[in-house]
Amino acid sequence: MPEVSTSARAVATTPMLEAIGVSHHFDVSPPFLQRLLAHGGKKQSLRAVDDVSFAIAPGTTLSLVGESGCGKSTVARLAVGLYTPSMGEIRFEGRLLSAARAQSDLRRRMNMIFQDPYASLNPRWRVRDIIAEPLRTFDIVHSAPALRDRVAALLSQVGLAPADGEKYPHEFSGGQRQRISIARALSSEPEFLVCDEPTSALDVSVQAQILNLMRDLQLRLGLTYLFISHNLAVVRHMSDRLGVMYLGRIVELGPAEAIFRTPRHPYTRLLLDAIPDLENPGRSRTPVGGEVPSPIDPPPGCAFHPRCPFADARCRMEKPGYTRTRDQMVACHAVEEGRIAP
Amino acid sequence: MALLTVSNLSVEFPTRRGLLRALDDVSFAIDAGEILGVVGESGAGKSLTGAAVIGLLEPPGRIAGGEVRLSGERIDNLPPERLRRIRGRQIGTIFQDPLTTLNPLYSIGRQLIETMQTHMRLSDSEARKRAIEWLERVGIPAAARRVDAYPHEFSGGMRQRVVVALALCAEPRLIIADEPTTALDVSVQAQIITLLKRLTRDHGTAVMLVTHDMGVIAETADRVAVMYAGRIAEIGPVLSVIKHPAHPYTEGLMGSIPPIEHRVARLRQIDGAMPRLNAIPPGCAFNPRCPKAFARCFTERPDLLDAGATVAACWLHAPIDRPLVRPANTHA
Repeated sequence: MPEVSTSARAVATTPMLEAIGVSHHFDVSPPFLQRLLAHGGKKQSLRAVDDVSFAIAPGTTLSLVGESGCGKSTVARLAVGLYTPSMGEIRFEGRLLSAARAQSDLRRRMNMIFQDPYASLNPRWRVRDIIAEPLRTFDIVHSAPALRDRVAALLSQVGLAPADGEKYPHEFSGGQRQRISIARALSSEPEFLVCDEPTSALDVSVQAQILNLMRDLQLRLGLTYLFISHNLAVVRHMSDRLGVMYLGRIVELGPAEAIFRTPRHPYTRLLLDAIPDLENPGRSRTPVGGEVPSPIDPPPGCAFHPRCPFADARCRMEKPGYTRTRDQMVACHAVEEGRIAP
Repeated sequence: MALLTVSNLSVEFPTRRGLLRALDDVSFAIDAGEILGVVGESGAGKSLTGAAVIGLLEPPGRIAGGEVRLSGERIDNLPPERLRRIRGRQIGTIFQDPLTTLNPLYSIGRQLIETMQTHMRLSDSEARKRAIEWLERVGIPAAARRVDAYPHEFSGGMRQRVVVALALCAEPRLIIADEPTTALDVSVQAQIITLLKRLTRDHGTAVMLVTHDMGVIAETADRVAVMYAGRIAEIGPVLSVIKHPAHPYTEGLMGSIPPIEHRVARLRQIDGAMPRLNAIPPGCAFNPRCPKAFARCFTERPDLLDAGATVAACWLHAPIDRPLVRPANTHA
C-alpha cells in the first residue's frame, strides 16, 4: 500500500488535484476512405485543452469559467479520468490519476455531478437504487438494512425525505433531481467532486438552493470542488480560486476575489464587462465584437488576438507564456510588457 | 394609447384529467418604443403569454377568456388568415434557437427578401438592396457578399443577428422576443442585446422580451412583469422591481441571484418549487413558499394591487381601511 498522507501538514501541502501541462486532442478527421479519396486529405485534430496547469488545495474550490468550446468540460472529464490526457499529467494527491483510478479505494474518493439532471439519472431505477449504486460497486455497505439506513441518511443530507427513495426520477423536479445526483455523488464518501455546470439547467431560485447546499456540504464534509460554469456570478459565489479559459488555454488563474477585483487579461475584462449588471440597470455599453473562433483552426499567436483591443504584431505571431503579477497568472503579452495598466 | 393591450387573458389546456389553466387573468400593456420584460421560472407561463398574443398557441391550448388588442384592434378572435397577415406585417418574432427560425435550404438573402416582399411592395432589386442594408445594420461584415450565404455558413451569434434582421425587416410595430439570447455566450449575448435595444429605439418598435435572465431584463427593459404559476405577480418600472420589489416572490427571486459585485456568504433561497398547474393551491399560488403569508393568503386570491411604484398581486398591499377595488389600469 503506497503512503497515505496522514499528518495534517502533508495534507495541507499536497494538492488534492494537480494538472501539469495537460493537453487533450480529439481526432476530428474525416473517415479513412474519405481522406484517401480526397487525395492527400489530412488528419485533423481539435486541441480542446492546451497546456493547462492548475492545483486545487484540499477543502477549496477551483472554478473554471469560459464560453462554449473553451474546453472547460473536457478538463472536468480529464480530472476524473473519463478522458486520458494526450500530453501532460494529472495527479490526485500526488499520485498519477491513471494509477489512482486503478485502485478502487482511491477511485471512490472522487466523483462527478453532471449538468443535466434529466439525462444523468436512470429513469427505470428507483432513487434508492441510484444512490446505492456506488455503495454496492465499491462494496462499502454489505447488509441490506445498513444500505437502507445509509441511503436514508444521504437523502436527508441533501434535503429530501427518506421515503423519496422509493420513487422514480420522473416524479421529481429539476432541482430535486440535482439533489439526487448530489446524494449519489456523495454516497461513496468522496473528498473530491467535479461539478460540471451543476446548476445551468435549473431556475434561478432553485439554483440558489443547490448552490447553498453545495456550500453547506463543503463546509460540513471538507469537500474539494472543481467547479465548471459559464456563469460568472455563480462562479464568484462558489470559488476560492478561479481559472478563466479561452480556446483550450487558461488565460488567467488566481484567487477568485483578486480576479474579480482586478481582472488583468483582456478576455477576463471583456467577460466581466459583458455580464448584465443588476446593481446598475439600463446601463449602456460598447460590447466587444467577434466570437470565439473554431478550436479546429485557432488563430496563430495568442488565440484571443482577433478580438483583443490591445493586440499588436507580437500577439499575432507568438503564443504568450504566463506572467505572474501578485497572485495572478496571466497569459498575455500586453500585460507582460506593461501595455495594459494594472 | 398603448400599442399592445392584453386584458384578462386566460389560456386553457383540456387534458384527460380535466382543464388546466396555464394562464390566468393576465393583463398588461406595451407602448410604442417601449420594452416590456417578462420574467419568470420555467412553467410560469411567460412563453405561453407570447404565443397567445400572436395566436400561435399549440393545440389543444386555447384562449379561454380575455382579449388582445394591437393598436386598439382586437386580434385574438381574427380568422387564421387575417391573423397571419398581421403577424407577419405588424408583429415580428425572435426565438431562442436561430437554427429553427432560419430555413437551412434558402440563402439568408432569399429569406429576407421573401419576408419583405410578402408584406411590402418592393421590386426584386430594391428588396435585395434592403436585405443587404439590414444585414449591415445588424452588424454582419461584408454583407453584400454574405447575403447569398446559407445559415450553416454563419456562427451562432451571426445567425441570431440574421434572425433579428428578419424580425425587423418588415418594419413591424411589435416584436415578441422569446429568450433571444439564452442560447448565446455571454459576450455575444451583450452584442445582441445592444443591437435589439438600438434598433427598436430607432424604429419606435414595442418589444415584449420574454426571458428567465433577470440580468438581461435589467439591462434592456423599461418595465418588467414577473410571472408566477400562470399569473402576473408584479409589474412595474424595471428599477423599482429590481431595487424595491413589492411581491415576496420577486424579493426572493432577486435575492437568489448571486451578485457579481460582491460575494455573499449565503444566497437567499425560496424553499420548495413552483406548483404544477394541476396542483395550484387555493388563495395565492405562492402561499406555500411565502415567508410572509397570513390567513387571507390561503383563502383568497389576490389581484394586482397598488404597491407604490409597482403593482403586485399580494395581500400585503391590500388597503386596510378601504374596500378592495380592482385597479382598472394595470399599466404602472
